Amino acid sequence: MSPVADASGMQGSRLITQEDIAPLARGCAVLGTGGGGDVRTGAIAVRRAVREHGDVPLITLADLPGDALVVPLSGIGAPTVGHEMIQSAEEPLLIRDEIERIFGRPPSAIMSSEIGGGNGVMPVAWAARLGLPLLDADAMGRAFPEVQMVSMYVAGLPANLVVMADVVGNVVSMRPVDGLWAERIARAVCVAAGSSALMADYVLTAAQARGAVIEGTVSRAIEIGRATRHESDPLGALARTLGAKRLVAGKVTDVDRRTTGGFARGTVTVEGVAEDKGRTLTLEIQNENLVAIEDGRALAMVPDLITVVDAQTATAVQTEGLRYGQRVAVLAWPCDPLWRTPRGLETAGPRAFGYDLDYTPVEEIA
Amino acid sequence: MSRAQAPEPARAEHGPSAHGTSAHGTSAHGTSVRVGIDVGGTNTDAVALDDGDRILARAKRPTSPDVTGGLRAALAAVLDELGERAAAVGRVMLGTTHATNAILERRGLGRVAVLRLGAPATTAIPPLEGWPDDLREAVSAGAAIVRGGNFVDGGPIAPLDDAAVRRFLAETAANADAVAVTGVFSPASEEQERRVAEIVREELGEGVPVSLSHEIGSLGLLERENATVLNAALYAVARDVTGALGAVLAERGLSVETYFAQNDGTLMAVEYAARYPVLTIGSGPANSLRGAAFLSGVTDAIVADVGGTSTDLGVLAGGFPRESAAAAEIGGVTTNFRMPDILAIALGGGTVVSEDGSRVGPRSVGYRIAAEALAFGGSTATMTDAAVAAGRGAVGTHPVARDARLARAVREADAMVADAVDRVALGRADRPLIAVGGGAFILPDTLPGTSEVVRPAHADVANAVGAAIALASGRFDTIAPAGAGRRAAIERARQEAADRAVAAGADPGRVEIVDLAEVPLAYLTEPAVRVHVKAAGPLRTRPA
Repeated sequence: MSPVADASGMQGSRLITQEDIAPLARGCAVLGTGGGGDVRTGAIAVRRAVREHGDVPLITLADLPGDALVVPLSGIGAPTVGHEMIQSAEEPLLIRDEIERIFGRPPSAIMSSEIGGGNGVMPVAWAARLGLPLLDADAMGRAFPEVQMVSMYVAGLPANLVVMADVVGNVVSMRPVDGLWAERIARAVCVAAGSSALMADYVLTAAQARGAVIEGTVSRAIEIGRATRHESDPLGALARTLGAKRLVAGKVTDVDRRTTGGFARGTVTVEGVAEDKGRTLTLEIQNENLVAIEDGRALAMVPDLITVVDAQTATAVQTEGLRYGQRVAVLAWPCDPLWRTPRGLETAGPRAFGYDLDYTPVEEIA
Repeated sequence: MSRAQAPEPARAEHGPSAHGTSAHGTSAHGTSVRVGIDVGGTNTDAVALDDGDRILARAKRPTSPDVTGGLRAALAAVLDELGERAAAVGRVMLGTTHATNAILERRGLGRVAVLRLGAPATTAIPPLEGWPDDLREAVSAGAAIVRGGNFVDGGPIAPLDDAAVRRFLAETAANADAVAVTGVFSPASEEQERRVAEIVREELGEGVPVSLSHEIGSLGLLERENATVLNAALYAVARDVTGALGAVLAERGLSVETYFAQNDGTLMAVEYAARYPVLTIGSGPANSLRGAAFLSGVTDAIVADVGGTSTDLGVLAGGFPRESAAAAEIGGVTTNFRMPDILAIALGGGTVVSEDGSRVGPRSVGYRIAAEALAFGGSTATMTDAAVAAGRGAVGTHPVARDARLARAVREADAMVADAVDRVALGRADRPLIAVGGGAFILPDTLPGTSEVVRPAHADVANAVGAAIALASGRFDTIAPAGAGRRAAIERARQEAADRAVAAGADPGRVEIVDLAEVPLAYLTEPAVRVHVKAAGPLRTRPA
């Protein structure tokens, strides 16, 4: 990122340039905790959009007046479909126009709903196409599988508006009674639209966003992506940057997958090597890595972040890329404090995913 | 790296073949002899087999920069070795790197009009995005996204915009040698792509070839589109190879059927290869695996192909190479070819041993081994020397003394191989390891994680043997509903794969489904599965 001349009156804002795209994608993959979708296709779309429309200002909430509209955006749908039916370049424009029609004024910035995985990368392309700055924030600080698992829901903001646009140009505006209904109806619309859509979930004023979004996560993802560059010990460098515990370093010895209820579930076994020899860690997976268990004891659990990385390169390995024989390290680090509140844990704690576990913060587990 | 092995001149082989197939008589007449040729990075190998699969002749020649020169030399050598029996050569099977080299060197590529059917979807990433600039400039005659394509459930995103297709063809006709057409979800709904092929014929005539993406690759739009464009760019290269091979054969007065090896270890007839030249990319490792299976008679095994600077490890499952799940990159372009799952480690006959023997590689003396290795009177300790000192082979011109450094290097190398075996074995330790390639003697006779180490005869030309004995195949990849329509959809996929195998040259009566995989798709409310089918069969006999 490069500091930008203060043309827009935005103090300290920076530009996301072509040079930031690869580290951003790498960092988003780490924050994806095994899920969040492919970052590679997203990076191609971003390179294209930035080349066409120019660098994207990255701003903070302090840069925005209280009544400025912030639009959290994410793609939703089936990963296999997203990989085949690429988005239309028009989708973010349709959503912007609909929001302007409803609010009587245009949005001032867009925001990533989910920094983990492809949804952390793509907002740079959407911002570039809209000519809007990107807010240095997101609504998860990681990846989660469901629409209501966002910071705005946890912060108790009313689910005032959901706007969706699909590849052929249909626009759907919805006023759900709460986040759970937003998830249910958005999912149905998405399927009707061919299992791929772009979605603005909540439209916030900058004043509402304070305390209801997780700030600094875009620059954090870029920092994470850069952490391993030119390092002789990429794994150590990544763990230091994340403030992560290395749960185990070893070899994947079993990958047991099953797809139930639309979710890719599975259990992955990692057997320690070298200094971890004799230890066996199992990871419970539902699209994302959710619980790490050793000898019947949880070493880390959702909403804390658990990511599997290549032991040599420290590149994140997505759950569908896990296979027997890989040399990996499992890293775990604390989630944003918002997820540790009672409502945060009710929304995305271990029990929200069906695990009969009392949440214990990763740093308190010896 | 063949130089690292004991000198072994090309020779005729009259005994029973290594895997013990019984002979069908010794007739030297008719068209009973097959020649397999494999172009490798260092050597071009050729073998001749009779109809009892016995090896009659073999040759190894350096691969030439233009590929064709080395190919001609190896073929000529093996025909010379055959003598009078050369007249009985009825088929030539070729695994070549022409297509790969053309892409890597941006040489001899045709210009392609690139058409995508999908608007208003997919406009966020236009065709050829992410290609290296020089390759895009060499290949593109223009690109467009027109209205069309299908949803995952088969419904149209938009009706095909015939007029826009015709306009695009008119704009690009002057520059384009070929047309590449990629429709969204065409592997499940190919009608629009076929319609565009008709329009191209109407507008540009029969002379401009068309690549349709549903015939080239599976789901994953950008990767399939990239492969389709590369295929269209390679038509001229395919014509050149076929022409060069035909010229060598014509000089000898031979009229033979020609087949090309594909990246999955199977063959396609020359007319089929002319339409799908991109499928020849990556045939080398597959040939090596198939050849190892044939020479050893083992169909489920780990195969280690040891060269001068590296060892390629792959897995045979049911006689075919296990395929990689990762995307394959060719010349900086990502494709979704299913390539053999190969783990390469920096260990070969020329690999250099460190001062104290605690480290081997990644440096290798490569082709200079005959001057630099201790066993050849040089001063560099290599893995060849360590293996000779350990009594694993009699190689070179000078004795090599056993010492602590070389002994340690052998232990280090064996540990590297054992680790690599464990990585590719997926937890199974009950299969043999088949050692092939010119440097195979550096491998130990027992390896942890394997039941035994098998060293078949002719292991150093396993790749050419693999080309000679391969089956013809076809594959099909689609999305099927998980409910009521599933059976019909899978039956259709089986039929399509079998039809493709027959089109590639297989005997219709002997085609079998060799692989059928169903993968459930996540995040779809209507349950659906991705179906992948592969069919293969022996080549049909030549019409009288």
